[in-house]
Amino acid sequence: MSSDSSQSPPSPDRRWLIALAWVWVGVPLAYGLYELVRKATQLFTG
Amino acid sequence: MPPAALSVHLSIGQAYAWSVFKPPLESALGLSGTQSALPFQLGIVMLGLSAAFGGTLVERNGPRWAMTVALLCFSSGFLLSALGASLEQYWLIVLGYGFVGGIGLGIGYISPVSTLIKWFPDRPGMATGIAIMGFGGGALIASPWSAQMLESFGSDSSGIALAFLVHGLSYAVFMLLGVLLVRVPRTEKPVVSGPSVLAGPQVSAKQAVRTPQFWLLWIVLCMNVTAGIGILEKAAPMITDFFADTSTPVSVTAAAGFVALLSAANMAGRIGWSSTSDLIGRKNIYRVYLGVGALMYALIALFGDSSKPLFVLCALVILSFYGGGFATVPAYLKDLFGAYQVGAIHGRLLTAWSTAGVLGPLIVNWIADRQEEAGRHGASLYGLSFVIMIGLLVVGFVANELVRPVAPRHHVPAPKEAAHVERQQSESA
Repeated sequence: MSSDSSQSPPSPDRRWLIALAWVWVGVPLAYGLYELVRKATQLFTG
Repeated sequence: MPPAALSVHLSIGQAYAWSVFKPPLESALGLSGTQSALPFQLGIVMLGLSAAFGGTLVERNGPRWAMTVALLCFSSGFLLSALGASLEQYWLIVLGYGFVGGIGLGIGYISPVSTLIKWFPDRPGMATGIAIMGFGGGALIASPWSAQMLESFGSDSSGIALAFLVHGLSYAVFMLLGVLLVRVPRTEKPVVSGPSVLAGPQVSAKQAVRTPQFWLLWIVLCMNVTAGIGILEKAAPMITDFFADTSTPVSVTAAAGFVALLSAANMAGRIGWSSTSDLIGRKNIYRVYLGVGALMYALIALFGDSSKPLFVLCALVILSFYGGGFATVPAYLKDLFGAYQVGAIHGRLLTAWSTAGVLGPLIVNWIADRQEEAGRHGASLYGLSFVIMIGLLVVGFVANELVRPVAPRHHVPAPKEAAHVERQQSESA
């Protein structure tokens, strides 16, 4: 990375951005895990 | 940084959900099973090649550049495929998803590795484990999502085209987060407490492939992945065959549940075992993957058909080691070659994955077919495959034991001189 903007570590006032970023990736992952658990239980019930 | 890495890996992990598109493509375009697998196979080949040949570019231009390239290639691959499906030109789908999208897979896979190690120099296993776990998670998201989309849009060529279009646009937006958020630490000092990222020996990517350590690790990764694929490739028919002649046969639905459970173990292994390697060391964790993995295969081969819980448990452990092997290898490379060009070295090592991707299914399928022709059935279809897998894991175990620290003659003189040395090397080449 050569630009200065890409080299600065996140400051404390950008915590909301970090939280948003985790939600951004967390929601689809939670959906995937939910579907996975739903299918996996079929091993014991199917 | 971890969400940035995850946004890329959760997207490109879609590749493992390609099978959702296979039946609709076969019926809409009149393809055979082998033909409909082509985009995925070419994609995996391109993943290995682009990671191997693009690794140095990724190191030179940084993770934001790499994630942008990954976004453009992966998304364009879907858009080209959408065009191909709407025009019913299958070669466009192969070119789009397989070739262009495959470049996105390779560059995207290695894009965050080096940067994560620089952010978390004291926990490189955990850091890369988070990202590489995302690759496993990508299929968990894409599989039900793509299936629902095809159900809504229809499974004819226009429905498939629309699904590809939505995939391309959605993944572009999703991966954009990674491009916008990715940051390289300002200095060589670690962001969290721990050793400096450029402490210890540093080896360039060009020099690394000339060391025995690189090729020993190549063997370790190849053997570990082959052993995992040995189960993954035929998981559903395997569990059905194993218990076909028992009082508790496994239904098709239950077999699908078993496959899902294996995916969970694969993903959990990536973050769990890779983080554990930060505590017990890389060499030790690979001793576990390869040694205990061989033991698990032996247990399945000897007692697997007599106990369903034992069979499931052993398969889950093997798959967790398969995932763990992928996620721990960047940290192992960092220990041996330093963080200087670890992303590029990792890219070159991923050719072991491409090799294992061919080797694993070939062994299991070929042997199962021959055993079936010989009139065998049930668990005996897989006995020989398991013995071969144990042998491969033992080979990997020995290779791991032979790994020693890299000789000083391969080291870059000092971190600050590294770029200068690299320039000199490229000028003299």
